[in-house]
This record gives sequence, C-alpha cells and structure tokens, in this order.
Amino acid sequence: MSSTNPSFDRSFSMQTRTRASSIAPIAAFFLVVILFALPFFASRSLIQDMFFILTMLVLAQFWNLLAGYGGLVSIGQQAFVGLGAYAMFGLVVLGGLDPFPAIAAGGVAALLLAVPMAYFSFKLQGAYFAIGTWVIAEVVRLLVAQWKAVGGGTGTSLPRSATGNLMFSDTIQSMLDVRAAAANDILAYWLAVILCLVTIGGIYTLLRTKLGLGLAALRDNVEAAKSVGVDAMRIKWFVFLVAALGTGLTGALIYLQKARISPDAAFSVNDWTAYVIFIVVIGGIGTIEGPIIGILVFFILQTLLADYGSWYLMTLGGLAIAVMLFAPRGLWGLVYDHTGIEIFPIRRMLVGGSQSTSD
Amino acid sequence: MIWVDTIIQGILLGGLYALFASGLSLVFGIMRLVNLAHGDLIVLGAYLILLVVTVLGLSPMVALVIALPAMFALGFGLQKIVLNRVLGEDILPPLLVTFGLSVVIQNALLESFSADSRRLPTGTLGTASIQMGTISVGVLPLLTFASAVLVIIVLNQIFYRTSLGRAFRATSDDATTASLMGIKPGNIFAAATGLAMTIVTIAALYLGMRANFDPAIGPARLIYAFEAVIIGGLGSLWGTLAGGVIIGVAQTVGAAINPEWQILAGHLAFLAVLLIRPRGLFPRAVD
Repeated sequence: MSSTNPSFDRSFSMQTRTRASSIAPIAAFFLVVILFALPFFASRSLIQDMFFILTMLVLAQFWNLLAGYGGLVSIGQQAFVGLGAYAMFGLVVLGGLDPFPAIAAGGVAALLLAVPMAYFSFKLQGAYFAIGTWVIAEVVRLLVAQWKAVGGGTGTSLPRSATGNLMFSDTIQSMLDVRAAAANDILAYWLAVILCLVTIGGIYTLLRTKLGLGLAALRDNVEAAKSVGVDAMRIKWFVFLVAALGTGLTGALIYLQKARISPDAAFSVNDWTAYVIFIVVIGGIGTIEGPIIGILVFFILQTLLADYGSWYLMTLGGLAIAVMLFAPRGLWGLVYDHTGIEIFPIRRMLVGGSQSTSD
Repeated sequence: MIWVDTIIQGILLGGLYALFASGLSLVFGIMRLVNLAHGDLIVLGAYLILLVVTVLGLSPMVALVIALPAMFALGFGLQKIVLNRVLGEDILPPLLVTFGLSVVIQNALLESFSADSRRLPTGTLGTASIQMGTISVGVLPLLTFASAVLVIIVLNQIFYRTSLGRAFRATSDDATTASLMGIKPGNIFAAATGLAMTIVTIAALYLGMRANFDPAIGPARLIYAFEAVIIGGLGSLWGTLAGGVIIGVAQTVGAAINPEWQILAGHLAFLAVLLIRPRGLFPRAVD
C-alpha cells in the first residue's frame, strides 16, 4: 500500500502554476508595454483596428465567463452594449457631461438593467434562458427607439462640442503631435487596453478564488456542487451582474469612438452577440486563452473576406458549427491537447508526495 | 366595435404564431432541443415555395406537394447528420450549432435571393373576406387559424394513436430503454425533426401569403414561436395555440393604440405571463 512508500511522507501542496504560466508574466509585461506605447509609432488605422480587436475581446471574455464558466448561454448581451452606449449618449447630449466620465454611467446603466433581466430570465431553464435574454434585449431596443431626445429610431451623433474637447485630448494632441480626431481614437484605444487588461486579470483572479472553484463545480455537476454547499443562485447572479457591468462599459467605450448611434446598430444581435459567440466557440469556450485565439482568427477572416459580405458571415457560422462538431473545445483545445500549454491555469493540481516524481 | 374587430384579427394572427411554434414545441418535447434556426428555417421554407411557384408556375398551395417532402428530407438529414451528434446532457453544443446554422441560412438566403422583400402570389384569396354581421373577416387569416387547429389535432393523433407516436413518447421518456425495445433513437429524432419541418413549411406558406418576407426576418419569428410555447406551458400543444393567440391579440391591440407598439406589446404580454405563471398557463412537462 502507499503507506509503505517512503515518498508519501513528503507533504502535499496545491498549486495552479504551470511552466508556461511561469514564463507568461515576463512575456505579458513586454506585451503590455508594447500595447501602451503603440500610438507613439503606429498609424491611425492600426490603432482603430486594435481598438476593435480589444473591445471585441473584452465582450468575448465576458460572454465566455457567462456561458463557458457560468453555464449561462445569453443571446441578449447586445442589451448591455446598447444601453451602456445610450446611457453615455444621453448624459453627453442631454446633460452636457464629458463623454469620458459618462462611460462609467454606461456601465452602471447596464448593471441596473441586469437586475430585472436576471430576475425574468433565471425563471427559464437552459436553452429557454438563451431566448429569454434575447426577448428582453429586444424589449430594451424597442423602448430605446421610442426615446425621441436621442433621435428615436434613427439615432443621433455626439455633438461636436463634446467630441471636440474630450478630457486629456489636448495633452495627447500636444504629446503625440496629432489632430483632435486622432487624439480621440488614441484615448479610446488606451481605455480599451486598460479595460482589456483589467477584464482578463479580473476574470483570471476571480476563477482562482473560492467563488471560481464554486463556478467550476457548478459547471461540472450542479447537484453535486449544491450538495457540498455551493450557492448556485448567488453565483449565477454575481456572474450575470459582473458580465453586464463589463459589457455596458465596453458598449459605452465603443460608441464613444464611433460617435454615432442608432438603436438597430447598438442593439444588433449579430454585431454584439453572434460575433462574440463565434469568437469564443472557435477559439475555445471555457478558457481564457480561447477568446484571445478566437479574436485573432475572427480579425484575420474579416480582413480576408471583407469584400465578400454575406460569405464572411456564412464562413464564420460554418466554422463555428464545424468546431462544435469536431473540436468542441475550440482551437485552443487543440493546442492544449498537443502541447499541454496553459497560460492562464485555473485547475488545482496536487503536487508533492509520490505523484510529483512521475512528471 | 372596432375593438372586437381588433381582437378577432389578433386571435387569427395567433393561429400563425401557433404554426410557427408547433414545430419548436414538438422538437423540444421529444429531444429537449431548442433549435435557434427555427425562424430561419420558416423563411427558408417560404423561399422554397416561392422558387417552386416561380419555376413551375404552380399556385403556392399546390407547391406544397413538392415543398413538404423536400423540407421533411432536409429536417431528417439535418437531425441525422448534424444535430444528433450534439445532443446530450450539455445544452451548449446544440444551442451553438443551431445558432451558427441560423446565421448560415440567413446569409445563404441573402446571397441567393438578395435583401428584397418577396411575397407569395395569393390570387383572389388574399383579398377575399367573409361578412359576419358588421365585422368582415379575411378568408386567409381564417384559413391560417383553421390550419393551426388542424395541425395540432393531427399531431395529437400521431402522438397518441400511432406506433410512431408511441416511439416518440418512449424515446422522450427514456432513450436508452426505448432502444432496448428495438427503437433507434437517432432515427426517431430525425423523423421528429422531419415532421417539425413539414409544419414549418405550412407556417411558411401562410407567412409568405399574408405578408412580405426577406432573409432577415427569421429570428423575430423564432422569438414569437418561443413566446407562444412558454406562455402555453411546455409540452402542451393546445397551450401553444393559446400562447400564440395571447401574443397575437397583444400585438394587434398594441398596434391599434400606437403602430410602433405592436411588437413591444407582444413581448410585454410574454413577460407578464412569465412573471405571474413562470411555468406557463397549461404546463405538462416537468422541465
């Protein structure tokens, strides 16, 4: 028996660290420096592309937190993008607020919407939850289309007085020697970098806490998790509200950069939920690495197929179906199977004792 | 009197929504699968009928002779080749696959038929109406409602009076035990989806004859169908008809107050029912 094994006397400990995750901080540090420094040497169109990539990545990370970790497959995330953006527009257009702090109000508005939305949609099980969130997003879109002060169904633009002198815009203009419009893009880009880092860092930290362990337990087996004291409802509410807040902030930021809004665009199920789902599924659902791979594939496909319109969406949809059928854990799942690399490890592994010698 | 007219229009519109919903309800009842491409398959059916009408010069009703078996085969194949692979405990794969399918169908239709609105030719049927006292009721809406009732009667007969229905119920209760009795669950599921697609085709016929359609309207039809199923209560086809009628009446009443409120009123009626009776008005199934 194992008690006769001398190495069993060695103490056990638990860790989530892997070799890749030990090297990762150094690589991440350089990546972060490059991301922040990019506006000093990159063209405006590259900054805009990077803004798109980073904001879509944030949306994908939050949807992945919901569906991949929380088991909450929402098709109504466009409600938070749209309401966050409209709350920002409302405060700027009607309240004369600077768009920069108004972004925070976008997040708060999304959070407030999430409370009744969770209340209604949590009454529905599984797949019906998905369509329930979609219905509520439609209700919000139709209500916002009645809001005449911000243009009703046709929408409106941010006033020049607001976009002309954004907070920090003057500093950026003189520091980088660019015009106001480019300075706004750079400001939005830096905010996107910060939002993206906070999101990935926050989700990674969350998943390593007790709450994250409860989340993983729920995903694997709801009944077993409940039997050891995991409060399923509390965790679901928490994940849903966090995702709403993050998605609302991102929505407000995206529309600060776009500077023009309409209900059909801001509440588009294709742009803010379908794309996001495809990014997560193709990259690998239920991992932090997956959406990062997914957004790169998504961006490359978009660049290659930009001129083919509907063929592009057909390819994405077809690719997502193929991934679900033949590699349900996505491209990152394939990478992991072949290399065993984990950059953001969250599995608790037992080390020490006789087990560690087999590695 | 105008209100009576509005409500009658709403009830008859509910028949169309019940036709949208019956296929969804059937598939969910048998294999717990929610097909997010359901609305787009209805639109696909409408384009298929349009194609037969245009190429062969048939009337839409006669075109069903070709469209029904074609859509049955499509449903059977789709279930057998694709959807059976993703059925299981985890609800994520079927949801994501059918969501992908929804986007693929929408864009394939857009590529083939352009974004222009189309309509199926109705001849004199489109404008014919019956005078009932002071109220005149369109023949086409009446026919739609009658078809919905007929579809539900036939489905209930299939379910409770045929061996196929027995196989449906057995597989739904316990696929493993059913397979011990010589039933192949994969084929039963495929037959169920095929049957659902024939109902989808009938729904598509009325959709196309009553109003304009274009490749983008599928998701909204899915949502109406879903609302009707939830309001009625899972597992009850007559409940689904009641759910369709509630959505239909809410929409026509909403539209009578303010044309912009039509769709919103339907959604709000759904949320109100969800608030008061989360399991629907006539629940049968446990999940």
